[in-house]
Amino acid sequence: MLIKSVKALEDTARQARERRSAVETEIIVCAGPGCMLKGGLAVAGALEKALAAQTKAARLKLGLKTTGCHGLCEQGPLVVIQPQGIFYTRVKPEDAEEIIKHTLGKGELVRRLLYRDPDTRERVEQYTSIPFYSNQVRIALRNVGRIDPCDIDQYLAAGGYLGMARALSEMKPEQVVEEITRSGLRGRGGGGFPTGRKWKTCRNAPATPKYVLCNADEGDPGAFMDRAICEGDPHAVLEGMVIGAYAVGAAEGHIYVREEYPLAVERLQGAIEQARQRGLLGENILGSGFSYDIRVARGGGAFVCGESSALMKSVAGEVGEPRAKYIHSVIRGLHDRPTVLNNVETWADVPWIITEGAEKFAALGTERSKGTKAFSLVGKVRNTGLIEVPMGMTLREIIYDVGGGIIGDRPFKAVQTGGPSGGCLPASQLDQPVDFDSLTKAGSMMGSGGMIVMDDRTCMVDVARYFLRFLKEESCGKCVPCREGVHQLHAILERICTGQGQPDDIRKIEALSDVIVKASLCALGKSAPNPVLSTLRYFRDEYEAHINEKKCPAGVCRSLFTFQISADKCRGCGLCTEACPVDAILGELKHVHQIDEVKCTRCGACRNVCRADAVEVV
Amino acid sequence: MPAKLINLEIDGRIFQAEEGMTILEVARREGIHIPTLCHHDALEPVGSCRLCLVEITHRDWKGWRGLVTSCLYPVEEGLQVTTFNEDIRHARRTVLDLLLARCPNSTVIQKLAAEYGVLATSYAKNETDTNCILCGLCVRVCAVKGCNAISTAGRGVERVISIPFDEPPPDCIGCASCAHICPTGVIEFEDADGVRRIWGRSFPMVRCPSCGQPVMPEAQLEFEAAKSGLDPDYLRTCPACSQKKTVDTIRTTFELKAVEVAG
Repeated sequence: MLIKSVKALEDTARQARERRSAVETEIIVCAGPGCMLKGGLAVAGALEKALAAQTKAARLKLGLKTTGCHGLCEQGPLVVIQPQGIFYTRVKPEDAEEIIKHTLGKGELVRRLLYRDPDTRERVEQYTSIPFYSNQVRIALRNVGRIDPCDIDQYLAAGGYLGMARALSEMKPEQVVEEITRSGLRGRGGGGFPTGRKWKTCRNAPATPKYVLCNADEGDPGAFMDRAICEGDPHAVLEGMVIGAYAVGAAEGHIYVREEYPLAVERLQGAIEQARQRGLLGENILGSGFSYDIRVARGGGAFVCGESSALMKSVAGEVGEPRAKYIHSVIRGLHDRPTVLNNVETWADVPWIITEGAEKFAALGTERSKGTKAFSLVGKVRNTGLIEVPMGMTLREIIYDVGGGIIGDRPFKAVQTGGPSGGCLPASQLDQPVDFDSLTKAGSMMGSGGMIVMDDRTCMVDVARYFLRFLKEESCGKCVPCREGVHQLHAILERICTGQGQPDDIRKIEALSDVIVKASLCALGKSAPNPVLSTLRYFRDEYEAHINEKKCPAGVCRSLFTFQISADKCRGCGLCTEACPVDAILGELKHVHQIDEVKCTRCGACRNVCRADAVEVV
Repeated sequence: MPAKLINLEIDGRIFQAEEGMTILEVARREGIHIPTLCHHDALEPVGSCRLCLVEITHRDWKGWRGLVTSCLYPVEEGLQVTTFNEDIRHARRTVLDLLLARCPNSTVIQKLAAEYGVLATSYAKNETDTNCILCGLCVRVCAVKGCNAISTAGRGVERVISIPFDEPPPDCIGCASCAHICPTGVIEFEDADGVRRIWGRSFPMVRCPSCGQPVMPEAQLEFEAAKSGLDPDYLRTCPACSQKKTVDTIRTTFELKAVEVAG
């Protein structure tokens, strides 16, 4: 049913809200990536079955829906009851009937499913009281976890496409560029380029036609912010792109989604079809006379295709290899035409900025980094998941206040930010504000939002080796410094981690890294040495131990240490004997246990289960 | 419409150039040496080998300076270029050191590397014996010819120059442009008994009507005649005989004219 005008859009949204007003209580089941893996869909199915067994009157009052990622993936499968904001964690299908009964009944809570604060040990009823949530400001993720992403009416009911309507009916394209510029929005994909400036340059480029693209390649290992947005609120991306296309003067666009995100492809495709059917995408949008259509392009399975010029080649059907960008893509990009490419999160921010105003966005964040940023907070942190916080929040606040601190209260060692292009920062840097510029000065970068927390059982040399192996495999191979240089850097790290380090290695790493940074063709190569350079800067002693003493102090590089049980600390509980996969631990109950060094494979299982911290690295 | 003229500085000297030229083009025009490996005047530059790196800056850039590949960087008004300094020397030396690790037996790379003081590589030597530096010139010239018979395959250090499905490429015309353009002589071909063998295929060659020597594969003749519109008989004549024909024509014309003038 075509929506032909802005007024018709507002009417449709109002009707959508009215249709749901009969529903008094909504049961929201999280179907984000984490919860789905943990069986969230089975929970949703069980709830549906339990709901179907209720009376018709009851069924009218209760709504049930699955949504995108709620963020606290560690505690999934998650179920939220609205409008009360009740937050159930680790829900199983067997809990479904009890939830329905209690929610329909006197509004009682199933206390055993409530989130338990790890410090006070108390159950928390509302998710807004949980520090993980109360510290967040969700703009890009505003609808993720609140609406069913497959239902455009829910997007409309939440105010969707009103930003687009405002831009098309009340603003000139130049004004849209102005508004985005004033908001201070900078690209969320890692580059941090001022979005308004990018759009303005493209708008002023003389050649036509122009293109407006979305980078949904999200290649950083561990990052899933863009995935959550594409799966959980695809219309936000589409709406942002229409606004951008209008501002720049483009009629055609593509969303380049990495091959490994089939659900994101499906959701985006579904949203595109729905939007087209309603006249919100395609010819003569909302009767404004402006036309713009979007197609989904699938990636070929290469990290390098997240690089803008490689992405554009891939969209054009060629091999995804970067080119030297002495002439920027906004001048000559896709098919050699002026092209705007922005990240998923950037696009998701755009409609909010147009609806709420540039000043409101600029009121958040820091002087040079406005607004909020989504992060995937993973690793040895208690509250593993997806968050969005104002720029300028410190690493300490994110890791401890939002993240809940380190699992098992182990000592914090480092936080890796910015994916393979980023670096590792130690405890001394925890008070750095997280924004586009501060982390870069400290030797890392914010990047697209990956944040990996590491404890004392992480070997920083091994971390550098891991990222170099990734980059070596993902290098396109066109230029010598990256192709051969990263390969050789990785080879040096491999030697160091296997006890074959040489005294000259650190100097070699630094000299080679210098050339790779200065001489590589694209950003993959230019930033490839960051993991090794940042770990050398802050954890040089660890490298020296590997090279000079052939020792891995963290107990990770298997040929460089042995495990020994401390006679002082061991309580003889026998947990380690059970955990050992190769029967290398002997000992009687309540007596000190011993590890047979010959049998031991140094997997670390005993160290992980020991509650007395008795397994030592020697 | 003539291109806009701009002024730029290379190594302290001012030169005039057309907007759209690359730094390398201006340097070569002025006889300023910048080494290259993956560059060829007949092909679009790609910036793959990085040997042509130069340092650029500009008085408007607030002191920012950086290395760019001169084969690709377009000149602009006020650009200041340095073609050799310590950063450039170190970068070129490292590139050659890395290439020597990849192709330790290539005499071309050994010679170039020695110019920058690298007599033996400081890196781990490649286990596979190859002289291919992956400059891509062979693939690029085949594409420009319009055959696209060979291509790169794979990524990173696994990248190789390849033929479709590892089978003798059906689109190859046997012109051997790839072999001729390869800077390290990796691509082999053999001309024997009037047949050219290259990429696992055999191409019967046409013979020069004047001297009877093999000139080029028949497939190449057909392809190039069709593409260029040139007379196949002209292409069929070998360069030596073609030259002789031209000289004969000039001499005959001269003699006829002399006779005409004399009498």
